[in-house]
Amino acid sequence: MSATRRPLYQRPLDLKRGCVELAHGAGGRATAQLVEELFVEAFDNQWLRAGNDGASLPMPAGRLVMATDSHVVSPLFFPGGDIGSLAVHGTINDVAMSGGRPLYLAAGFVLEEGFPLADLARIVRSMAAAAKAAGVPIVTGDTKVVERGKGDGVYVTTTGVGVVPPGIELDGAAAREGDAILVSGTMGDHGVAIMSKRENLEFDTEILSDSAALHGLAEALLAACPRTRVLRDPTRGGLATTLNEIARQSGVGMLLDERAVPVKPAVAAACEFLGLDPLYVANEGKLVAIVAEADAEAALAALRGHELGRDAARVGTVVADPDHFVQMTTTLGGCRVVDWLTGDQLPRIC
Amino acid sequence: MKFVDEFRDRDLGQGLAAAIAREAKPERLYQFMEFCGGHTHAISRYGVTDLLPANVRMVHGPGCPVCVLPIGRVDLAIDLALGRGVILCSYGDTLRVPASAGRSLLKAKAAGGDVRMVYSAADALRIARDNPQREVVFLAIGFETTTPPTALVIREAHATGVANFSVLCNHVLTPAAIVNILQSPEVRDLGTVPLDGFVGPAHVSSIIGTRPYEFFAEEFRKPVVVAGFEPLDVMQAILMLVRQVNEGRAEVENQFSRVVDRDGNRRAQAIVAEVFELRREFEWRGLGTVPYSALAIRATFAAHDAERRFGLEYRAVPDNKACECGAILRGVKRPVECKLFGGACTPETPMGSCMVSSEGACAAHYSYGRFRDRVPATPVVA
Repeated sequence: MSATRRPLYQRPLDLKRGCVELAHGAGGRATAQLVEELFVEAFDNQWLRAGNDGASLPMPAGRLVMATDSHVVSPLFFPGGDIGSLAVHGTINDVAMSGGRPLYLAAGFVLEEGFPLADLARIVRSMAAAAKAAGVPIVTGDTKVVERGKGDGVYVTTTGVGVVPPGIELDGAAAREGDAILVSGTMGDHGVAIMSKRENLEFDTEILSDSAALHGLAEALLAACPRTRVLRDPTRGGLATTLNEIARQSGVGMLLDERAVPVKPAVAAACEFLGLDPLYVANEGKLVAIVAEADAEAALAALRGHELGRDAARVGTVVADPDHFVQMTTTLGGCRVVDWLTGDQLPRIC
Repeated sequence: MKFVDEFRDRDLGQGLAAAIAREAKPERLYQFMEFCGGHTHAISRYGVTDLLPANVRMVHGPGCPVCVLPIGRVDLAIDLALGRGVILCSYGDTLRVPASAGRSLLKAKAAGGDVRMVYSAADALRIARDNPQREVVFLAIGFETTTPPTALVIREAHATGVANFSVLCNHVLTPAAIVNILQSPEVRDLGTVPLDGFVGPAHVSSIIGTRPYEFFAEEFRKPVVVAGFEPLDVMQAILMLVRQVNEGRAEVENQFSRVVDRDGNRRAQAIVAEVFELRREFEWRGLGTVPYSALAIRATFAAHDAERRFGLEYRAVPDNKACECGAILRGVKRPVECKLFGGACTPETPMGSCMVSSEGACAAHYSYGRFRDRVPATPVVA
């Protein structure tokens, strides 16, 4: 036996010029290397470092909330975010909209053979930054690779768990006649940011996605107004679709005032010439809250007191309606139905 | 939003509404047809009818390009996408138009056809340049507004030798359709659709001007007011029509003078005349075969005419028997009078073409106005 055996050496991942290879998803040494040099390095926490198949986690008392969300957005990088930050925010928000304090995230990656490792690294680091800023670690994950042409760069699925503190009872079926309908800010920013990137639209001021983690904002609202009835984030299908869902679940109608719905001028202008209605355009950093009339002022003040809710507004009132219509008084003063979204207005928006 | 919000202002709208209510004589009914889908959409989207007195009624016209595209023409496009392996480029709305045998371009795409949504004719030409080894066909639809851009890309493809690019032309003409409605037995003889005047097209008129309407204003004694697509434009046009009716006038007036003049865009007209010629007849969904109502590509540009290039033969396909799109497009019936409306036929599962585009009478009513169908037909008040 030679006493001069060299220590094991593995050439590091080439994060500048390298590409995803099928071996990166095969479960062997290449997979381990990708996980260690990229994912563990970026997400860095004790559970990932333990290197087990799953994460064994301490849980505080309370009701468990679990949510999952797949992300297929195109383009992968857009003004105000990327698929990585979006995947973190999207799932945190789903947990937060149930009234839960998000605790841990899991991430699954489907990578396409040939996808530049530099882009993957950028996405992973963006996820890590978003998770760190939100205070929610990514504690376990999975990576698969599909042949070139069988994917579109990268798809990311995230799953989150959280706990709902006692006393918080949010439910889409809880809206009652007379309740106030609040939104936490301007509508349509995310969808228009994606569309303007896709269509190479240029504006004097760039429209940024509103992608953000909403658990802090939700916590501020629930602290001020623990009897909040419904919380939801108006993502795909926009505010219109979200309100129709709630109206149906709660067996009520809604009446909105178009003039009260906050929309950024640049977003309104872009929607105008793209033929979109901001009410149907996706948001990734806004919430809809339905609260009792008596709580409306306090809830609005709590939202406006948070950085992410500065433009919060009351947009309408829950009404009795056996047909569960969401109606709106238009800018002109007429009335219209604000219907469910038909078809797919904007494919692959998140 | 500057230069847009002003045309949707509530106070101005109420001022116009008051003027219309004041000037409309209570003892008579005023029935006006807005020809364009753009107006139908604006009226429904902003709830304009809520601001009109009960005796001033709007009848939706056939000016929605997607709605009047007959099944047989969509079939041609689907056959090109599925049978000939072309890249078929189309405006978004057209993808969902129901064709024969439950097909649509969207379903053809799902079945493996290379169907691509474009925002402009120029996008289609770019796709042809990017895919020189593939045949690329642009499914061109629309009234006079969208015709010049199609003419431009055909001319450019011809001049620059983009040999793999062709156009399946379905461009139709507004004045021919209005005359067809005015000559229909329901309007002319039976009096089932008493029309007192027209809100004339906005963007179409920016191309053709207001002159083409002068003939039928005089011939049929119907006032025409060309109006913009904003809700206040429409309301002002309605007021102008009420005044014409009250004063016994039948003139062409121009509410949309910020864009439209009497002669229209002569350069655009010249380009259209260079590339297109009149078809002897063309089938319209709802109106049937209308003489001299559509355009075909001139022989000079035959290489870019998909009908010639692929030897396409048109076969007319009748609509579903229960579908009332035809009567609705002529203003004879209202959407709720169709048995399919809101049941078998919804924006999710359109049976007829009026339910496809948001400019279609049925889709506009379903999406924006359906609360009016219940009893009592009033909006819920908070």
